[in-house]
Amino acid sequence: MWFGNEHKLPQARLTIVSYVIIGMIGLLLFGFWKLQIIESEHYAQLAERNRIRAIPLIAPRGRMLDREGRVLVDNYPSFSILLLRDDPQAVERNLPQIAEGLGVPLEDLQKQLDESKGVPKFQPIMIKPEASQADIAFIESHRVDIPLLEMVMVQRRRYMPGGFMAHASGYVGEVSAEQVEKSNGRYRPGDFEGKTGLERQFNEILVGTDGLRRMLVNSVGKEVGRLEQKEPVPGKPIQLTIDYDLQVVAEQALAGRKGALVALDPRTGDVLAMTSHPAPDSNLFAVRIPREEWKQLNEDPDRPLINRAIQAQLAPGSVFKVIMATAMLESKAIPENFSIFCTGSTDFYGRVFHCWQKHGHGSVSLHKGVVQSCDVFFYNVGKRLGIDRIAYYASQMGLGKKTGIDLPAEQSGLMPSEEWKDRVFHQKWYPGETISVAIGQGAIVTTPLQLARTIGGIALGGIFKQPHLLKDTKQVREERFPISEDTTEKVTQAMFGVVNEGGTAAGVRLEGIELCGKTGSAQVIGAEGLKRAGRQRQFKDNAWFVGYAPRRNPEIVVAVLVQEGEHGASAAAPLARDVIKAYYDKKSKRNQQQYTVDYKRFEVNPNAAVAQAQPVAKPESHPRDVHAAKSVR
Amino acid sequence: MKQTAGIREYDWWLLAIVMGICSLGVLEIYSATHNSHLAGMHWRQMWWILLGVVCMLVLSRLDYHKILDQAPVFYLVGVAALVAVLAVGHTRFGAKRWIPVLGAFLQVSELVKLIIIIVLARFFSEVRTEQLSLGDLVKAGVLVGVPLGLIMLQPDLGTALVLVPLAVVGAFLAGIQWKHAVVVIALGAMMLPVGWHFLKPYQKERVTTFLRPEEDPKGSGYQILQSKIAVGAGGFWGKGLGKGSQNQGGFVPVRYSDFILAALAEELGFAGVLVALSLYMALLLRLVQNAQRANDRAGMFVVMGAAAVLGFHVLVNVAMVIGYMPVTGIPLPLMSYGGSATLFVFLALGLVMNVRLRRFVN
Repeated sequence: MWFGNEHKLPQARLTIVSYVIIGMIGLLLFGFWKLQIIESEHYAQLAERNRIRAIPLIAPRGRMLDREGRVLVDNYPSFSILLLRDDPQAVERNLPQIAEGLGVPLEDLQKQLDESKGVPKFQPIMIKPEASQADIAFIESHRVDIPLLEMVMVQRRRYMPGGFMAHASGYVGEVSAEQVEKSNGRYRPGDFEGKTGLERQFNEILVGTDGLRRMLVNSVGKEVGRLEQKEPVPGKPIQLTIDYDLQVVAEQALAGRKGALVALDPRTGDVLAMTSHPAPDSNLFAVRIPREEWKQLNEDPDRPLINRAIQAQLAPGSVFKVIMATAMLESKAIPENFSIFCTGSTDFYGRVFHCWQKHGHGSVSLHKGVVQSCDVFFYNVGKRLGIDRIAYYASQMGLGKKTGIDLPAEQSGLMPSEEWKDRVFHQKWYPGETISVAIGQGAIVTTPLQLARTIGGIALGGIFKQPHLLKDTKQVREERFPISEDTTEKVTQAMFGVVNEGGTAAGVRLEGIELCGKTGSAQVIGAEGLKRAGRQRQFKDNAWFVGYAPRRNPEIVVAVLVQEGEHGASAAAPLARDVIKAYYDKKSKRNQQQYTVDYKRFEVNPNAAVAQAQPVAKPESHPRDVHAAKSVR
Repeated sequence: MKQTAGIREYDWWLLAIVMGICSLGVLEIYSATHNSHLAGMHWRQMWWILLGVVCMLVLSRLDYHKILDQAPVFYLVGVAALVAVLAVGHTRFGAKRWIPVLGAFLQVSELVKLIIIIVLARFFSEVRTEQLSLGDLVKAGVLVGVPLGLIMLQPDLGTALVLVPLAVVGAFLAGIQWKHAVVVIALGAMMLPVGWHFLKPYQKERVTTFLRPEEDPKGSGYQILQSKIAVGAGGFWGKGLGKGSQNQGGFVPVRYSDFILAALAEELGFAGVLVALSLYMALLLRLVQNAQRANDRAGMFVVMGAAAVLGFHVLVNVAMVIGYMPVTGIPLPLMSYGGSATLFVFLALGLVMNVRLRRFVN
């Protein structure tokens, strides 16, 4: 037998084993005690963080509507990709794979993470707007091994294509890192805000308040319950003074040129149309714009990003003669029947000043001076008025200062005077400079919007309304500089003559419409500058036309600038005519309830954008729009 | 020798403790899986338990001396099976051995645990001196070392390590001399760096993440962290059965098996853990008591072998749940879901009952 009882059992050692067992269980119990009793709160917090996830619900921005309620700037739903940062180590480790999967450069991701250091860890950050199908597939298929990505539906801006009204509407862009820091938690990285134009001006109205969804998730990030949901508050829409139909005509009229067109109702200050070309497609900015594209836009010598309607400061050329005429009559420094004989040129202060009409205009008084745009006549008027008197009247009628339009970054232009030259250059004003200013050359520069406001105001007898794009602007500022009835009558008659009495803009005459206006062809640089440039480059004149109708108490005034257009009459005036004609067509047909713009003529098809956008529009918001969109079809 | 196998001679207390542990296990398996695609798992576990109890009763009828008689045969069969698994397993399953579907490996390993209990009991009871000589110690070491090495080659570090306490407890009770013990411990310490060299990358990773869990929050470090969160969040009274957010949300890794105690700790709190661990302590102490009352040294070694394996399982698994030890894949006996593991425990208990039934013989 291999077994037997020769030895007693090792009872002592068995007892030791018992104590080891008791000690072992005691140690394990201590471990549980520590976790469950002493550190319980800490782990309970970790558990909550494990299973609760907060996802922002992005509020859509308010839409922009035209004066009749038609949608000009809309939103469309899209998915943004959020990165959850609760677990920094997991983020660190998965970043390369995320970068590859989403096609975002790793450095970009790292930079975004660094920029959001100040944002609380439980708040996810947006790492890619506009998720593609592939991105969504990537996120879904890596839910388990990369549980750091989440998608949220956002409302993204949709502008009309082709740069339609791009400068007035402006565009939205992501807030910068500094803004996030300064905003006190109001902005998160990846949030959008208005950067230019109306988007910026009325950002506070347009922007909504983002909501928040706090939900319970399981270990793979699937929602299993909802704790609370703070609904997003959509931004308020703004209704503009823009008339969509006129804007379309304006865009098409200016297409392919460099310049600006602005149409005002001088009686109210309503901006009926505003366009500047070349124009960027604002949709480029609605999603993160690639650096290269931004650089290209920014460095384009044609400067597509500036709004020429309010930012182009150029010599007004002969358009200024309207102001000169008004100043001459109002100041009474010169008799109203003052006349000269134009031979095509004249001498002042030992220098020859040419008229644009080499052969001369013959005997010229005020009316003919404006109608034929005789330079020699206005040289003489300028000489007799003197620069300070010219500056006084021009300033009173709005030149050299901002119009106060509700757009950011408006330029003031410049109305030179003796005081100005002394202040800025510490130099004496030369009388010869006055001669140049008298025909809108030299140091004087204006914006298209200023000219529209000034000419419109003169035609109204000296009432200058603050131009504005927001339809229900409270308290439209109004500047009054009463112009006598006699002066108003004479000046408007002269501008009527420009179009209707064989004047410089006789080619744009319209049957049945009292179209008035003034042409201008302004040199880009002076004669001396031209010599310095050595004639290596062609400096074509800028073409201007400011037209309005009807002759007295105008309803619409249109200022057109076509850079390097050479002749105001041929390059600029037809554009203003098109807009004014459209205005009257619409007015007469609206009475018969059947006005339509012939959109087929135009490349821009607004209905495409509007129609696409309709399904996402919430039913409660502006049922009018739907109706309006149909009615213009 | 005559058979005395009255019904009353069974260790009913032991059985009651075992059933208590099994009930907690089934309850928690139900709670952890009833809301998932694994629903119904607790029924399968109950069938395994039932089968285990039957096997235990059957095994207890067979005189352990007769089983121990065949120890050399069992040993050869066990080693042969391990070699066969290595040969077939490598070609068939490669490195994916630890996936539960491929339970064939584990079954052989479980069986080998039983065989080593029997072989060591036989070996140590044949040592007729009060003190264990160096020669016998080395022989015992070789006896355990061969299957241990084979299991390590599978590789299944967890199961292989289970054989170590079996040998340690056996040697301790067989009267190992202190100087030998010191040498063995020193040798073991020296082997650690060498052994490290032979570990597979994932095994190394488990150890490093245990030592520095913050470096790998989504791997095994993540598992331990999630386990600790579940345990800690449970508090004293727990969140209630079926209401543990970490358990129900699937944050607790393999919550019905290796980490079942974490799930229980979250839902039943420290109170539940106290009950569970008390039951395990009672089970182990009851085994020691049975060993103390064994009829002979062979019986004692059989019972203590079972106690060593079960105790080691409890220690390693529970310590892992609270982050005291790395993740090894060793289940919690009688609570974790698993057929072969459950069957093994009942077979080991069958041996214990067997010894108890024969304590008054002679």
